[in-house]
Amino acid sequence: MSTATEPSTLKAWLLAEEPTSRRQARAASVYQGWLTMRGNTLTMIGLGILIFLILCAIFAPLLATENPFAQDLANRLKPPGWEGHIFGTDSLGRDIYSRLLYGARISIYIVLLVAAVAPLVGLMIGTIAGYVGGVTDTVLMRATDIFLAFPRLVLALAFVAALGAGIENAVLAIALTAWPPYARIARAETLTIRNSDFIAAVRLQGAGPIRIIVRHIWPLCISSLIVRVTLDMAGIILTAAGLGFLGLGAQPPSPEWGAMVAEGRKYILDYWWVATIPGLAIFSLSLAFNLIGDGLRDVLDPKGGE
Amino acid sequence: MTDTLLDVENLWVKFPTRSGVFDAVRGISFTLGRERLGIVGESGSGKSMTGRAILRLIRPPGKIEADRLVMTGTDVLKASEKQMRSLRGHHASMIMQDPKFSLNPVMTVGQQITEALMTHEKVSTRVARQKALEMLDAVAIRNPERVLDLYPHEVSGGMGQRIMIAMMLIPDPEILIADEPTSALDVSVQLQVLEIMNKLVSDRGMGLIFISHDLNLVSNFCDRIVIMYAGRIVEVCEAGRLHEAQHPYTRGLLNAVPNLQSPRDRLEVLKRDPAWREAPSVSARL
Amino acid sequence: MSAIEINDLNVWFGEGPDRNDAVKHVSFSVPEGESFGLVGESGSGKSTVLRAITGLVPTWQGGIHVQGRPLGRKRDKTFYKNVQMVFQDPYASLHPRMTVDQVLSEALQLHGFKEIDSRIETLLRDVGLGPGFRFRYPHQLSGGQRQRVAIARALAPEPKILLLDEPTSALDVSVQAEILNLLTDLRAERHLTYVMVSHDLGVVGHMCGQVAVMQHGEIVEELGVADMRQLKAEHDYTQHLLDSSLRSIR
Repeated sequence: MSTATEPSTLKAWLLAEEPTSRRQARAASVYQGWLTMRGNTLTMIGLGILIFLILCAIFAPLLATENPFAQDLANRLKPPGWEGHIFGTDSLGRDIYSRLLYGARISIYIVLLVAAVAPLVGLMIGTIAGYVGGVTDTVLMRATDIFLAFPRLVLALAFVAALGAGIENAVLAIALTAWPPYARIARAETLTIRNSDFIAAVRLQGAGPIRIIVRHIWPLCISSLIVRVTLDMAGIILTAAGLGFLGLGAQPPSPEWGAMVAEGRKYILDYWWVATIPGLAIFSLSLAFNLIGDGLRDVLDPKGGE
Repeated sequence: MTDTLLDVENLWVKFPTRSGVFDAVRGISFTLGRERLGIVGESGSGKSMTGRAILRLIRPPGKIEADRLVMTGTDVLKASEKQMRSLRGHHASMIMQDPKFSLNPVMTVGQQITEALMTHEKVSTRVARQKALEMLDAVAIRNPERVLDLYPHEVSGGMGQRIMIAMMLIPDPEILIADEPTSALDVSVQLQVLEIMNKLVSDRGMGLIFISHDLNLVSNFCDRIVIMYAGRIVEVCEAGRLHEAQHPYTRGLLNAVPNLQSPRDRLEVLKRDPAWREAPSVSARL
Repeated sequence: MSAIEINDLNVWFGEGPDRNDAVKHVSFSVPEGESFGLVGESGSGKSTVLRAITGLVPTWQGGIHVQGRPLGRKRDKTFYKNVQMVFQDPYASLHPRMTVDQVLSEALQLHGFKEIDSRIETLLRDVGLGPGFRFRYPHQLSGGQRQRVAIARALAPEPKILLLDEPTSALDVSVQAEILNLLTDLRAERHLTYVMVSHDLGVVGHMCGQVAVMQHGEIVEELGVADMRQLKAEHDYTQHLLDSSLRSIR
């Protein structure tokens, strides 16, 4: 072990054997994670797709060729490539390409919001149930079972019916129906973690349950939750679409992808592109999340060190 | 010793990693006759990798390279996967550290032992059961009839390891590789298990490779001892002459153990010399 | 005054028909500044005694006195400031996502220390680790280095009593020697009281003055280390343990 030499470049600083400050240690571990992820080609493809879709959403006004709401009933259901409509037109003659770009904003917004809310609720309920145990565990997990017993869409419908239609309420309803599986996973992880020596050691330092759950158990549960969330993304988009289809999510002229698929469903046999093209968009978004989730699992697994 | 069961020359085990190739074993040579050979080293010295490499049990991306790796006349490096399967078990068996992980939890002890026999020999279930009983008897299990119908979780660690020995010896192999066979066991059970293993191996004239971190223990149960450090052999000595060992690493390992009957205020601490890593591997070929 | 005094301690797991008595009628006392060993094979209940003292196992009955004060169900901060524990497996006792710095500063914060930076440096130096180890993660450390970090964490609140649960059984012999030497030095410098659990009579003989032998949850014999060296054991089981241990090192 040689003494730490003054790191000359950023890379050397990040890869230093012996970091000299908290900031450097944190940056180094993030960088190491990035290196692991970069080694996984599929994950980088996923990340590429996601960044591309987000850029599309951000620059939609610049990229769109037409107004996504402009109807042109004379040119309805035209095939892709017809007179400047790259992806064709839908049943009201609107340009599918432009709608897709604006729709990316709504769909990504919904997905990210649900992905932020549902796992957090599940994480809290699951870790508390797992760590505290006893009556708390029983009550919380039975509540989880009750939520799990209903089909997801039906439960979401009930919530939206109570809260009123609209994207925000749809997100809330989906989040409320999506957390139980995360609570299950978090509880199972907690049960194995809570008996480990490092938890015993911090208990012997006099740490209370809240500190142990938040600072010691959460960081270890998050990796499996992230993986699970990325796998659930497609389901979330489809539930949002389902709500939209039933008139309870994104409201009709809005170019939300799920709603677009639902709309195109009527014409699928004769005019395949109306449903297929937004379907492909949903597919690529969920594929991107899946690939990223896979790579993140490698990065977040603490045993993946050396 | 005339007949050589295992002949290893310049064996390397390599693992490609993100930061270059990691050599777990770096060019070691040894032979095994009908004798008991101990391989001793600390964790990371490559001793277990050596044991696994002999049976070609290194998982990809790990790679085995050698100038010569011949077991009972078969070239292990060139053998097909089918030949390897018959080699493993029929010619050489391996006992791992913890019986809890090497016995199948959903099969009874009897099923596992008879299966071990029947994959290598065409015998009827009845004969196989009879042989299993004899084998359990040979590893000093009282009441073998009852033990045959037990599940692994119903037996103690010491008994589990004796069952493993029975299972590994029933196809009558010529070489037994024991990788830390007793580290998971209590001291008093440890000796009993080792004595049973020792007796069976010498009665059958088998070759034994005993891999362990415990130099003293190995010296009690082996004829020759190979001491490994950082993937190389640093010293080879006769078990009886262990106290005459020259290499500072061997001496350091011997002196680091607290001894009940010769108390010291401070234990001797091993000072690792970087030159040990680079010194060429000592050959343990006879 | 004895640092730890235990009277008729019973510890059990489970209730009703599943009840399993892990420790039965155990009594011993450790004078201040002494080193006491608990020896036994796996399942003898020796680690459970330590876990009952620290409150990690709540189902116990009997008397536990630490520095003259009786312990109840709950342990308070002063208890944890006085009594700390080092665990057997250094791979399991450090949080895999926390740097050495985070582990130690959390311990120091919980005990209300100021000047955390300088204290961390002192702690690391005391356990023989340089400042270069401060911002490393457990997976960047060897087994011996991890155990040193675990010892540093236990020393953070400046305890008077250290409970050692097989602190070296997962380590190589040469590393074991380093850790045992470190523990010997620390005891001398800080006037610590040790209660050490081990299955290895050689280690206990090296570290402890008084030894209790446990079997099936009971103490079968308590003897001084001098008697142990001369093999003057009265109980058959102790004799058997001594024999096995001596034969394995001839």
